[in-house]
Amino acid sequence: MLLIPCPYCGEREETEFSFGDEAHIQRPADPDSLSDEEWARYVFMHTNPKGVHFEQWVHTAGCRKWFNVVRDTVSYEILAVYEMGKPKPDIEDRRQV
Amino acid sequence: MASRYSAFSLIKNALSYHEKWTPAWRSPEPKKEYDIIIVGAGGHGLATAYYLAKELGERNVAVIERGWLGGGNTGRNTTIVRSNYLWDESAALYEHALRLWEGLSQELNYNVMFSQRGVLNLAHNEHDMREISRRVNANRLNGIDSEFLNAEQVKEFCPPIDLRGGGRYPVLGASLQRRAGTARHDAVAWGYARGASDLGVDIIQECPVNAMRIENGKITGLDTGKGFIGARKVGVVVAGHSTVLADMAGISLPIKSVPLQALVSEPVKPCIDCVVMSGAVHAYVSQSDKGELVIGAGVDKYNGYGQRGSLPVTEETLAAVCELFPQFRRMRMLRQWGGIVDVCPDASPIISKTPVQGLYFNCGWGTGGFKATPGSGHVFAHTIAKDEPHPLAAPFSLDRYRTGYLIDEHGAAAVAH
Repeated sequence: MLLIPCPYCGEREETEFSFGDEAHIQRPADPDSLSDEEWARYVFMHTNPKGVHFEQWVHTAGCRKWFNVVRDTVSYEILAVYEMGKPKPDIEDRRQV
Repeated sequence: MASRYSAFSLIKNALSYHEKWTPAWRSPEPKKEYDIIIVGAGGHGLATAYYLAKELGERNVAVIERGWLGGGNTGRNTTIVRSNYLWDESAALYEHALRLWEGLSQELNYNVMFSQRGVLNLAHNEHDMREISRRVNANRLNGIDSEFLNAEQVKEFCPPIDLRGGGRYPVLGASLQRRAGTARHDAVAWGYARGASDLGVDIIQECPVNAMRIENGKITGLDTGKGFIGARKVGVVVAGHSTVLADMAGISLPIKSVPLQALVSEPVKPCIDCVVMSGAVHAYVSQSDKGELVIGAGVDKYNGYGQRGSLPVTEETLAAVCELFPQFRRMRMLRQWGGIVDVCPDASPIISKTPVQGLYFNCGWGTGGFKATPGSGHVFAHTIAKDEPHPLAAPFSLDRYRTGYLIDEHGAAAVAH
């Protein structure tokens, strides 16, 4: 069970939240010019690190606002929480083999 | 060479107090180079090595494993085997596996305890009923045994079920595959390991892969915990860690790693003689030969490599099990664990060549890889040895995410993934 610190409501249990997969994926600026290969990359090929993961969550049963979370996928430690639209915080990569 | 197992060998060894059994497989030091290295000594990896040696004449093969063989998802699943998948491509692949299961104990001279006790997939509402009858019909058109049962027939086939489902999960009907059932998960890994080792395959445990050496777009070997091992071809079958290895080769995979949980109860007298699955509530129940109820739960919603899983997932599954089987309410659970599964966007596996020459991936089996073990190994062995996809594996190439030819088994495969 994760305790997620919602930037608007404070720390709540994970059952109040929904997971929104990887953060900072940019929608293509010019979709018409994309090849099938590039579409596949945009739609399907996300990162799945064993270590630091940048991800989106929404506080479904609370304020219903989206925000970003940086989490270690091995220890499940939450390393940072920040609002949508803010740049990636500088966090040391803990990638494990 | 391991001795052949038989009633006679059992009696013979009983006379020496079972102290003279020989090891089932060799544990050699790695050679400098192999023709083919399989990474991952789970059921799928060992089966791949076995069929490479047995059917494709490959004699210079190694299986390397970070931990111990069969210690990952092979030893963590709920042992259910079935082939009642909706789409033609999946039906063909899983049915191929089921047919291999049916002769596997004889093939390996190792009792994998395959028990075709029948698998029920429950319907709890009108939508489930329509979905299930569609799937039953699709299965029958593909020559897979599949039956539609109404509520009374469900009760007759599996008397412990409470058809009212506590009011929350009423049972309106079910699909039944009689040829489906369970197998002993460890035995599958051990049987394939023994068979492969006898055919000259080196099984090297406690040997993690640290890096891949790729020159001019071609794989040349692996840097491992036991030094550099050269290889002409490398097949990667590492389930939840697929993207970790793909990252080493600079390949993108559409995979998300999440823990899938299971648990077993205290042992009780025989009370349920089939497998009951409910896709809608994501609960599976069967009873092991030791008497424990084996219960499969769902996956965490968020990426994770922790082999334990989140408590609310277990809670939801157990709540549903208690509604469907009120007599289990006072049972205590003995153990709970999680395995890291590799889920694809279309809930179908990837059995494929990659942009790196000589590097092959078999992954993305998600929450349902155990049932496919023999078939997966069989088609992957062909794909590696011939450097072209086995006809049954061809639709499952990595390229389908570019072409859009997805095999969407989400929900369609009799269980909500």
